[in-house]
Amino acid sequence: MGYIKKNRDFHEARWDEPFIMEMGNPGERGILLPQASDEVKEISGDLSDLIPEGLRRKRAPKLPQLSQMQVLRHYMRLSQETLGTDINIDIGLGTCTMKYSPKVHEQLVRMEKLQEVHPCQDESTVQGILEIMYQDEQYLKAISGMAKVSLQPAGGSQAIFANVQTIRAYFEEKGEGKLRDEIITTILSHPANPGTAATLGYKVITLYPDENGLPDIEALKAAVSGRTAALMITNPEDTGIYNDRIRQFVDIVHEVGGLCVYDQANLNGVFGLTRARDAGFDMCHYNLHKSFSSPHGCQGPGAGAQCVSEKLAKYVAAPVVEFDGEKYYLDYARPDSIGKLRAFYGVPPVLVRTYAYIRSLGADGMKQIAELSILNNNYLIQKLLKIKGLSMPFAKGRFRMEQARLSWQELTEETGVTTDDICRRIVDYGFQDYFTSHHPRVLLQPFTPEPVETYSKDDIDEFAAAFAAIADEAYTAPEIVKSAPHKAALGARIQEECLTEWEKFATTWRAYKKLQ
Amino acid sequence: MKRIGLIVNPIAGIGGKTGLKGSDGEEVFREAIARGAVMESPKKAFATVQILKASEAFVDVYTWPGKMGEDICKEAGLRCTVPAGYTDTGSRTTSEDTVRAAKELVKAGSELILFAGGDGTARDIMDAVGTGVPVLGIPAGCKIHSGVYALNPRRAGDLAVKYAQGKVRETKEAEVMDIDEAQFRNGKVQSRLYGYLKIPGEGGMVQNIKCGSTGGGRESIERLYDYMADTWDRKALYIIGGGSTTAGIMKRMNLSNTLLGVDLVYGGQVLALDCTEQDILRIMERYEKVKILITVIGGQGYLFGRGNQQISAKVIRRVGKENIIVAASQEKMLSFLGKNIYVDTGDEETDKYLAGYMRIITGYGEYAVIKVSN
Amino acid sequence: MMEKAFVHPYMPNSVPEIKKELLNELGIEDVREIYESIIPKELLFEERLKLPEPILSEYELKRHVAGILNKNISTEEYTSFLGAGCYKHQIPAVCDEINTRGEFLTAYCGDTYSDHGKMQAIFEYTSMMGELLDADVVSYTTYDAGQSVCSAFRMAARLHSAAGRDKKVVLVPDTMNPDIYSQAVSYCRNVLRIEKVGHVPETGLMDLKELEEKLKLKDAAAVFYENPSYLGFLEEQAAEIAEISHKYEAVCIVQSQVSALGIMESPMNLGADIVCGDIQPLGMHLQYGGGQAGFIASHQKLEYMEQFPTYMYGIAKTDKEDAYGWGRAMNYRCSHGSREKANEYFGTETGLWGITAAVYLASMGPQGMYELGETIIRNLKYLIVRLNQIEGVRANPFGRYNFQEVLVDFNDSGKCAADINKALLSCRIFGGKDLSREFPQLGQCALYCVSELTTQAEMDKLVNAIAHIVKEGQAWDI
Repeated sequence: MGYIKKNRDFHEARWDEPFIMEMGNPGERGILLPQASDEVKEISGDLSDLIPEGLRRKRAPKLPQLSQMQVLRHYMRLSQETLGTDINIDIGLGTCTMKYSPKVHEQLVRMEKLQEVHPCQDESTVQGILEIMYQDEQYLKAISGMAKVSLQPAGGSQAIFANVQTIRAYFEEKGEGKLRDEIITTILSHPANPGTAATLGYKVITLYPDENGLPDIEALKAAVSGRTAALMITNPEDTGIYNDRIRQFVDIVHEVGGLCVYDQANLNGVFGLTRARDAGFDMCHYNLHKSFSSPHGCQGPGAGAQCVSEKLAKYVAAPVVEFDGEKYYLDYARPDSIGKLRAFYGVPPVLVRTYAYIRSLGADGMKQIAELSILNNNYLIQKLLKIKGLSMPFAKGRFRMEQARLSWQELTEETGVTTDDICRRIVDYGFQDYFTSHHPRVLLQPFTPEPVETYSKDDIDEFAAAFAAIADEAYTAPEIVKSAPHKAALGARIQEECLTEWEKFATTWRAYKKLQ
Repeated sequence: MKRIGLIVNPIAGIGGKTGLKGSDGEEVFREAIARGAVMESPKKAFATVQILKASEAFVDVYTWPGKMGEDICKEAGLRCTVPAGYTDTGSRTTSEDTVRAAKELVKAGSELILFAGGDGTARDIMDAVGTGVPVLGIPAGCKIHSGVYALNPRRAGDLAVKYAQGKVRETKEAEVMDIDEAQFRNGKVQSRLYGYLKIPGEGGMVQNIKCGSTGGGRESIERLYDYMADTWDRKALYIIGGGSTTAGIMKRMNLSNTLLGVDLVYGGQVLALDCTEQDILRIMERYEKVKILITVIGGQGYLFGRGNQQISAKVIRRVGKENIIVAASQEKMLSFLGKNIYVDTGDEETDKYLAGYMRIITGYGEYAVIKVSN
Repeated sequence: MMEKAFVHPYMPNSVPEIKKELLNELGIEDVREIYESIIPKELLFEERLKLPEPILSEYELKRHVAGILNKNISTEEYTSFLGAGCYKHQIPAVCDEINTRGEFLTAYCGDTYSDHGKMQAIFEYTSMMGELLDADVVSYTTYDAGQSVCSAFRMAARLHSAAGRDKKVVLVPDTMNPDIYSQAVSYCRNVLRIEKVGHVPETGLMDLKELEEKLKLKDAAAVFYENPSYLGFLEEQAAEIAEISHKYEAVCIVQSQVSALGIMESPMNLGADIVCGDIQPLGMHLQYGGGQAGFIASHQKLEYMEQFPTYMYGIAKTDKEDAYGWGRAMNYRCSHGSREKANEYFGTETGLWGITAAVYLASMGPQGMYELGETIIRNLKYLIVRLNQIEGVRANPFGRYNFQEVLVDFNDSGKCAADINKALLSCRIFGGKDLSREFPQLGQCALYCVSELTTQAEMDKLVNAIAHIVKEGQAWDI
């Protein structure tokens, strides 16, 4: 009971699989297809009459030729060489640690009644999925305190982009579009905030942290002006320190007529504890995959939600789902909308999981997510800070929210072992590489864990014990850390210049072969 | 495998523990020995050499006889080569020895020069190699204001090995700062930018996905240059301070400039190079619109008063705070995190006038808001 | 006293005794002490969120959600002739098997060593796409075709600006996908103007004279066309369009249809500089539009490669003879790598669909892709012939070559497309997409789509139903 495995004798699967292009033999095939009937063949005539000469393919694509079992086995093996959240204690991914993705959700999204539904079908035949999307919008309104939600964004960054588009639309309607060309953000907010602002041509003004690790409020006062379009800020930032002056930040920006946008991609620490609208924000967004339990799928598909206040409701990305008392329908009649962001209506499977997740937890469950995320995190920090060479800069002694930015700087100075070395070494202990920091590295040798509510005390203890063991190695036998990993799927070290020098860089097998 | 040149300035740091603040000058050296000083520098460099020894397969060390390198290599059991025809200069080495050793080691094909010393040694290295071959300092002197050193001797060894292995390939220019030692011993700290050396940067390493590292430091500074060029006001006279950032902007605009001096530009033309305060005051009279373009100088972060004293309080007051443009890379701004940025114009009133929050251009359309202290 | 416990299977530390242990470790009584010490009182939400009470058991939850989804009617129940960017194809069971593997399904940002298998699978995806497209450079997946088109436009803008050229217009066909058009207008607004080039009324093909007139203004950064077009016909002037574009230093960007490439030449071999599109047809279920994922490809030219806005997966040799590693490289181009100095923003995109497409292409091979294209193009031809036997209905009014989709003109039938679709619905048929709103100038037209799965019987049934509807003005009773 409660057994914590220390020094787990782990070794990742290592199949040493050849590359797919080198496998199989001419003539083999993995699947047969339905063929046109004889009559169809007869009526349709010669294939060469169906495509003009100039558009006919001259050489068959050099795709591999493999039989079915061999295709399956190859990709099964590759899957085994991947450390998904389902098989590792994946709490090193602060700011976006994935929680458990319930398997019952996977059964639901694989129902024929969702998988085989076409987005252009008549509305009367898609009432089920529309109802789910409509309810999602209502629930997210309750959770954010906002007045209108759009589920169009295909991911968190696209939701932030939608918010920037909304900023632009709002000021253009006020006739201040040209005047308000600055967006203020903080160096420790997610890079998609400045990224999307710049994509739409805004100047970006960045605030740096003060001695407490929070964005410098005096700098904000100096930065705002009639040119300020908006403040885009995360709270807590990557440091996990809650910005308790957030209301003042909002007020300062509102005073000059700017809008305030809350990056709540990661809602884990604040579910039911605080709401974006109550802190005065005009907009916020959620990463539905992160906070509402969709699996990350090797970087997507995810989904985002754009949430806005009453005065911005008419701008949200279209379409949104409405209910007329009898049936659900897609509302395109939104002349002020920023328009469409993605093909069709966002990413429906993620919206179904979101629905199921909210329905399985309710209000109390939601609040418990936040409470346990915060508790787990502070418990983990307590354990980690006992490790020699690891420290937590800024706001010492202050509790963190759901994540924390730590630093191996001391250990690096004393042993030469860097956070990147540890990040590789942790794989030997059976954990996925952890998240160091967004760019830029504001703190040196960063490490950002986030033990969300779905991890147990035993999991957290094992995670902390592994880092203690590695720190010990760094002080006693640093070479083993520096030359790690030793037990990962790839048993050889890569030649990094292949990835850093354009003349050696290839994104496809054919390009690689040509470079040789 | 790469050839690495190793130079130890054995007397660097000798003044430190005896309270003499630096070892430059014969008199100070004799005084230090008289006070019982021990040579700290070879000890520090020894820690670096041990790291090199552990990765001997990747490094081909060339060094100088005796205390200037060979001794500690032998002690660590590290294979090394000494260029033919040179003999031990003894422990009382001079600036000239450092300069000659650096030149010879470059001539012998060194791809990286590791040197143990302080700011004085860095200046000697700069005189010898300029920004031709990358160098890396092993911090061993009492004055460490330049940005050319590794954090500690062990890290210097690690970085040198990584460079030799090709794991770090990027290089960046770092400031060589030093203070006027005569004034320093009189209790006055006045550092100056003397120039630049090229050091290995870890930017090129392949990083863990979400973060991307400090990679692209070079790329982002290019964007900063682009932005300055794109937003240049051709109807204003620019007073341009020294430093590699402003020099980069000038280069982007195809204008000649002096790295350390103050230059004047109007439209697409350079009006004057390396101006004195009087030159500036005289020329600016003729222009209605005047701007000052500077960067942040030194590890301690000065806007005015370090290497650009020509842009005096008088000039600044005439131009006005709102016409001062500061440009610096984001990487550089982050190095001041938790520290202040200063102005020291020599005029208290002007310093007070400049203090407060200021925007610093850090990229294309990107600004940081930073507190400036007097 | 322990608080009343709500022990949830997703939250191990909700067990009161364990929670107590954690609290003890921190020297506090209640977790409130933590957040009340850091969140100001006035920001604390003291009410209970207005959400429905939880459905606690897994079975009941499943029944509840499945009950709602069961209100949908799927394309397995009704016969669908819908396409317009989302296509139903045979999906090899192996594709579903692999993308439901927990390792892939729940993997995230593990890198070269910990997620070697994932990295290899994604590089295999780009490599096989490279073969299909005859392109040396293929990006990591994007959100969807629209995102790829938008990014391709901005790549062209950056490419010109890097070369010191001031070009601010992208020329597109006026028959292009209207959703993607409006997406591009909005996405590119601060850097580019998207301008439509008309079509030749008789053929639907791009009006090359008008194109050249516009190019002569020398402000066009790029020329874009779709092949097949949104309206289903093939743009036969592919090589000419590329040639004229290049004459005026404009980048030639093409949106291609991956399912056609077994039989159709890749635009890369017809002068295109950038090819983009959607990989949903390569093994992704319809999912009410949830299976979309975009790609961008180009030749191995540095000036193009530098402008890609997403991660790029690169192959690296290792210290072992026949072993390779993979890494996400050149990250400084993207917003994660260097904040706002980046080319464009991007985030979590569609990795799982990239891996699925890899499995699909490896299963299909060159023979499978050829047969796919052949069966689709034959089925479509049959449908066109049959529909044209109905009086008042004109399929393929432009009389061109088509792939997969065809414009069906009901103007002479006196019926509107919406009414025909409503009537078809009662025959358990999803008729083609009604275009009367998107292309009012075409009047009452619909876009019909077939696949290799469409049977002759289904097409015959559709034709009979439409014939009946047009003639009798009501649904044909089956």
